[in-house]
Amino acid sequence: MNACCETPAFEPPINPPSGELRTVVLIGPPNSGKSTLFNRLTGLRQKVANFPGVTVEQRMGVMAGVGREDLTLIDLPGIYSLDPFSEDARVSIDVLRGKMVGTPKPDAVLLVMDSLHLTRQLMLAAPVLALGLPTLVLLNMSDLMEARGGHIDPLKLARELGAPVAQISAVKGTGLDAIPLFLHQQSERQAAKPLTLPVLGNAASAHTWAAQLSRRTGYRAPLSVEGTRRIDNVLLHRFWGPLLFLVVVIGVFEVVFSIGQPLSNGFGDILARIGTLMKLLIPAGWLQSLLLDGAWKGISSVLVFLPQILLLFLFIGILEDSGYLSRAALIADRVMRSTGLNGKAFIPLLSAYACAVPAIMATRTIENKRDRLATILVTPFMTCSARLPVYMLLIAAFIPNITYAHGFIGLQTLTMLGLYLAGFVGAMTTAWLLKSSILKSNDAPFILELPQYRMPTLRSLGLRLIDRGRVFLRQAGTIILCVTLALWVLAHLPVMHIAGGQASAPELAESLIGRLGHFIEPAIAPLGFNWKIGIGLLSSVLAREVMVSTMGTLYGADPGTQALSLQTALHHDMTIGGALALMIFFAFAMQCTSTMAVVKRETNSWKWPAVQFLYMLALAWIAAFAVNHLAIAFLG
Amino acid sequence: MSVLSDLNVGDSGVLVSLDLPESVQNHLMHMGFVPDALVTVLLRAPAGDPTVYGVDGMEIALRHETAAAIRMRAVTAEDTEDIVVPDMIEAAR
Repeated sequence: MNACCETPAFEPPINPPSGELRTVVLIGPPNSGKSTLFNRLTGLRQKVANFPGVTVEQRMGVMAGVGREDLTLIDLPGIYSLDPFSEDARVSIDVLRGKMVGTPKPDAVLLVMDSLHLTRQLMLAAPVLALGLPTLVLLNMSDLMEARGGHIDPLKLARELGAPVAQISAVKGTGLDAIPLFLHQQSERQAAKPLTLPVLGNAASAHTWAAQLSRRTGYRAPLSVEGTRRIDNVLLHRFWGPLLFLVVVIGVFEVVFSIGQPLSNGFGDILARIGTLMKLLIPAGWLQSLLLDGAWKGISSVLVFLPQILLLFLFIGILEDSGYLSRAALIADRVMRSTGLNGKAFIPLLSAYACAVPAIMATRTIENKRDRLATILVTPFMTCSARLPVYMLLIAAFIPNITYAHGFIGLQTLTMLGLYLAGFVGAMTTAWLLKSSILKSNDAPFILELPQYRMPTLRSLGLRLIDRGRVFLRQAGTIILCVTLALWVLAHLPVMHIAGGQASAPELAESLIGRLGHFIEPAIAPLGFNWKIGIGLLSSVLAREVMVSTMGTLYGADPGTQALSLQTALHHDMTIGGALALMIFFAFAMQCTSTMAVVKRETNSWKWPAVQFLYMLALAWIAAFAVNHLAIAFLG
Repeated sequence: MSVLSDLNVGDSGVLVSLDLPESVQNHLMHMGFVPDALVTVLLRAPAGDPTVYGVDGMEIALRHETAAAIRMRAVTAEDTEDIVVPDMIEAAR
């Protein structure tokens, strides 16, 4: 199974390198415009992975944006200093010194700094330059610098730092010529000029050095924009702030469900039609069944979520790039901290109502590793859209259509709301448990930088969508494909020989998966489930909504057209207690291989997805057991 | 002698020291919370906490518990109004 699940390795540049230069690293503090510059320098020719053994993201690309396809550019995490307190800084030090396994030692460094806040950003310059690698200092946001009346003398700064300095604007793409020029010079020059910079013991002395340096070089910080303050007076207003925050939250829901759902449905129809077309091309038989019922069904079940996920990322991208996301985190912090999480966990948890996979990828905005891990671990409790088909089927089949309050609210709606609430309470309780035990982090305070408001650019939004979409498809797609194929094999073995010597697939009850269903029956019987539901549960480990199609196949009914017959069929196998137990089981259990794959990717080990799966399974079992027995006691 | 969390919105003060673990101290110092820096209270979150502080031209939000561990003193005539450069204060003494 491993062979098809592996991520392809980064492809090295095609052309042989000219001269000595091969690898260039990009380093800079957070919010220095580093990612925008990286995207500009590489175009879309980049790969995202994790550095080995750590959860720090590694971005690599070829410098196609400046016509140097022969050079590899490595993007280091945004850091304030090389003090080894954070994992990000330790990784950066290792890469810069050539000690990171699998990453070549860099031959040159591009150091990006935000010229609007140069004094503070210069604190990173001394330790980076002291490493002695050829370095080009890039003063970013030079366009805003001039517009706001700031001043800087790049020549003086270059003399003080002993390194070339260029003024650029990564957003506008100006001044970037300096980069190929610098790289060209580095290819020819033999050794870097040795540097003498003060050895800076601590942050305070680094700040003193940076402040003196910026004064000697005639640096004048630009005036801060009053606009941001004025917008914040409204967006963080005691009354309007929370109200607008709610409007934004509801907006995310609206976009994902009202626009995303029909898009996903339409896309699903197209995928099904492609499947039908392929059926005509491939001769009937086991190969057709393997390719269509196995592989294509699996691929479609992932692809179908793509429109919703891209919409969600577009939304989050606009919020993040404009600067509102930090304000949302500020507003949400007071509520989130009661569970031990912080405000930055809010957006990932909200995204999880659509799908846990992009939500877990969105936890990257949480710098504190323990807080981030806690958020990742509780995210799958939020009621994702894949649970909806299962809830809708069971509610329609088992919950009577009674209305209360003069038809204002129905029992079916209340059941659905109750399931949403169950997931939310599960998430918050688990967060509280984690944060007061194994993931306690007293020494990590909430420090949130509020960037100035900016207009998001189409270019960076588009790049983000392509990047995240690619990660989603590769990570979720490969594992889903593997598991679907495995399930298909389990459902079609052992090969039966019916009269006439023809080989055929076994009856479901006789297949390996059917036997597995019988095998687990003793474990799920107390919950009110029989072996057929057991098969549904086993197949839904792939993805929750697979439950519906599996049950459909089981009862020989197509879930789309003959939902009614499936509903009536379910009544033969389940009591109301079992149905309620099944719903609560789905609310808590982590039946989603894509989520497990993405948790593995983000935490860089199988340990956490395994812990998460077992914990949620245990919780789901206990809750379903309780619900089933309560229902037997009270409803008969 | 007071702590940062005592200051009201609109007030400014000069940072004296940080009574926090070394790693946190380091992080905050790299965000601009260094001794002798001028810190201004900009606004409080709608729930009253965290609070947004202006330091070194940046806006940074801290929770009450963190701000309560940052010792401050009043701004004196010797402190320059616009940019506080540590060595200039040293020279002024």
